[in-house]
Amino acid sequence: MESASRDIATALAEQLPPLTPNAAAVEADRCLYCYDAPCTHACPTHIDIPRFIKKIASQNLRGSAETIFSSNLLGATCARVCPVQELCEGACVLGADHKPIAIGRLQRYTMDYARASQSYPTVKAAPTGRSIALIGAGPGGLSCAGQLALLGHSVTIFEKRNKPGGLSTYGIIALREPVEIALEETRMIESFGVQIKTGVEVGKDVSLAALQQDFDAVVLSVGLGRTPSLGIEGEETILDGLEFIEASKTGTVPLHIGRNVIVIGAGNTAVDCATIAKRFGAERVTMVYRRTEREMSCYEHEYDFARKEGIEFRFLTQPSRVLLDGELLFGLECLRVELGPPDASGRPAPIAVPGSEFALTADQIVKAIGQKKPALIDLLGLVTKKGFIAVDASFQTSIPGVYAIGDCIRSSGAASTVMAVEDGKLAAAAIHQQLVQQPAPVQVS
Amino acid sequence: MADLRINFAGIQSPNPFWLASAPPTNSGAQIHRAFEAGWGGAVWKTIGAPVLNVSNRYGAWHYGRQRMLAINNVELISDRPLEINLREIAEVKRAWPDRAVIVSAMVEAKPEAWREIIERIEDTGADGIELNYGCPHGMSERGMGSAIGQVPEYCERITRWVMEAATIPVIVKLTPNITNIVLPARAGVAAGANALSLINTINSIVGVDLDTLELTPSIGGKGGHGGYAGPAIKPIALNMLAALGTDEIVSKSGLPISGMGGIATWQDAAQFLLLGASSLQVCTAAMHYGFRIVEDLCDGLSNWMDEKGFKTIADVSGHSLHRVSEFKDLDLSYRAVARIDTEKCIKCNLCYVACNDTAHQCIDLVSPQGALVQPHAYDVRSNGKQQAIETRPQPQVREEDCVGCRLCYNVCPVDDCIEMVELPSGRSGVTWSELSQNQTEVTEDWETMKAYRERVGIHIH
Repeated sequence: MESASRDIATALAEQLPPLTPNAAAVEADRCLYCYDAPCTHACPTHIDIPRFIKKIASQNLRGSAETIFSSNLLGATCARVCPVQELCEGACVLGADHKPIAIGRLQRYTMDYARASQSYPTVKAAPTGRSIALIGAGPGGLSCAGQLALLGHSVTIFEKRNKPGGLSTYGIIALREPVEIALEETRMIESFGVQIKTGVEVGKDVSLAALQQDFDAVVLSVGLGRTPSLGIEGEETILDGLEFIEASKTGTVPLHIGRNVIVIGAGNTAVDCATIAKRFGAERVTMVYRRTEREMSCYEHEYDFARKEGIEFRFLTQPSRVLLDGELLFGLECLRVELGPPDASGRPAPIAVPGSEFALTADQIVKAIGQKKPALIDLLGLVTKKGFIAVDASFQTSIPGVYAIGDCIRSSGAASTVMAVEDGKLAAAAIHQQLVQQPAPVQVS
Repeated sequence: MADLRINFAGIQSPNPFWLASAPPTNSGAQIHRAFEAGWGGAVWKTIGAPVLNVSNRYGAWHYGRQRMLAINNVELISDRPLEINLREIAEVKRAWPDRAVIVSAMVEAKPEAWREIIERIEDTGADGIELNYGCPHGMSERGMGSAIGQVPEYCERITRWVMEAATIPVIVKLTPNITNIVLPARAGVAAGANALSLINTINSIVGVDLDTLELTPSIGGKGGHGGYAGPAIKPIALNMLAALGTDEIVSKSGLPISGMGGIATWQDAAQFLLLGASSLQVCTAAMHYGFRIVEDLCDGLSNWMDEKGFKTIADVSGHSLHRVSEFKDLDLSYRAVARIDTEKCIKCNLCYVACNDTAHQCIDLVSPQGALVQPHAYDVRSNGKQQAIETRPQPQVREEDCVGCRLCYNVCPVDDCIEMVELPSGRSGVTWSELSQNQTEVTEDWETMKAYRERVGIHIH
């Protein structure tokens, strides 16, 4: 176990080193301090980016951290996992003919300072006497819980896993975000008075009705479900991508890596799985995808990263059968694919060519083809939109007093940590608004 | 190729760049290396009265990541024994006959002290003498340096003593720590000096350490004002240089002026020449980057002169002096407005906020659809680079309201993005002098001024 954790530390050490104080100062000084800056607009949580950067330049790191936290309590996670090329840095005015400010890395610099010095927000609001339950301690839930606690509410999060943090703890490759960052962020949220009850699954260990009874509001921040089925022969021998990443991160599940690994899928999670396989010593890692590189759902920079890692790609390839010799996996049978007219996703529909079977050799196959909708939706009988939980402008679901945020409501646009964090913040404001408008319940003795 | 040679009050030099009297010219070994690097001359660090120096003698003003926009020092004149300095001066001059070796001097305000130092300097074979009337710290407390430079009568008296003894060219170096730089310059002229040089360093305190709460730099817990030099002081030096060039007595005297104060690049050098300098002295830039900087000083200046058709340094010297004017002689009818090149604009909105908060509120934000919008107008749920970029408004000058203050032009981070465009004002040219002579009432009474403005069509924003 010890050697395994050392392997994790080295193979998946954080990809980017922290900025040195000098590098941070140089970069911070390069920021133009735009007014009504486009980076701030592009950030889903609208962090006042020029302000926190200028505070790095003026060596007011405490103020810099406060600036970030005032818009985004999960600044440490977002600094690491945000697709900054698509967000703040993508909108930087210096990008056009020079190079954008390294906003993500500067934010991490400030957040590293905040962690080292424990410069965290503190609750200043008087207790409201209201209580809110959240289901799921992922980024959205933590953000919402933290905001509500700072507003003076009593907040409890129910988390079915053993550790809080959701995908930050379990599902994002450690070279982007080490587990410790997610757990420290959770500790900060707890320092606001938020209670996190792990190992409690709503619908199994506790009912929604009971929560509705005990709390003034309930927030579902349950994320998404398991990896869907491919429906192919031998699928039981295929590893689940999220479990694969979890094993690489937590060390609680032994991680066996093949020599010749196939990853099915082309999203960011698939790239993470392929990277883990490669970093842990697989000789050959191939990502298999039904469509072409144009339709891949991973970010462009993730694709570039994967190619630099030496990961190979098989496009227009649809798995049809796991090739097994007894229990021994030796390959993946696939069909050639042609692209047809756009399907429901708006992308060209992949059409498998009958009789085009061919075999790819592999001794390990991992699938990362998205996530199913959470089972809780059906269990609670919630109204849905495209299979996701339907919410109104104040994040309320079809059940009054029950709200939902994060990936489980993301019926349009890309699901991301930072969007979940913003949902949490906006939902907290909406819930607060609603609760302070309602008269406090009369205590009947 | 341009001829960079100069003849400055009889002192020959292969190019106009001299190291100023300062730490870079503290010893013969340093000046040997400077001459090897290509410096045209060197003004030896001031010799004269005995002194002792302190540690932590240099402070500096940094801005952002730019180090040493200015340096501040409490170093005194040379603390090396006089004999050694004199011997090395002689050695350097013998080794470098084509370079200008000038010796800066400062002694007690006694005729015999000055006579003695002048004679000893002349014995070295040096090309000239610079009288240090500028040192603002330490020496001034002992009645030397700026204590002389600040009193024109003392300047004149001491310069006369020197001129009686000297047979080689004498340059009077002026202190900027004075209300009117012209007066000590005229004193030098009256005393028969051969040339002037300016500026010496400016009184300054560089800062306070926010941990120890001591002055920066701290000399055993204390600090005080020191001489300020470097790029930050260039505009002050240029102004004083121009003040001499436009003073009738000084300019008619024909005394050449050695310009210094923040020269770091060939562009700075060219500007000093254009405003009347005919030799240039450099210190801080050399202290920052070493003697090697002289290469681009010469090369850049030479290329620029070729481009502009200047053949000699004398051609450049004073070329822009006729452009120096007093406010009262500026054309009040001249009108320029700012115009933003939308192709170059990166939409940082720095012009917008500067104009809106601190100038004349004449820059609008215009949405891609052409509507006037306020800053921060986007919906809180809008995000991503696409939305941020596609909805980003364009700053646009309302030219009819623009007073042409030029603040936006100065804050714009993109070269040549904002242009000050001259527009016809529709008024005939008039200066304040002319107004006060011809329409005195207008310049003395607000009501008459108002009527005048309405008559000629001046709208105040």
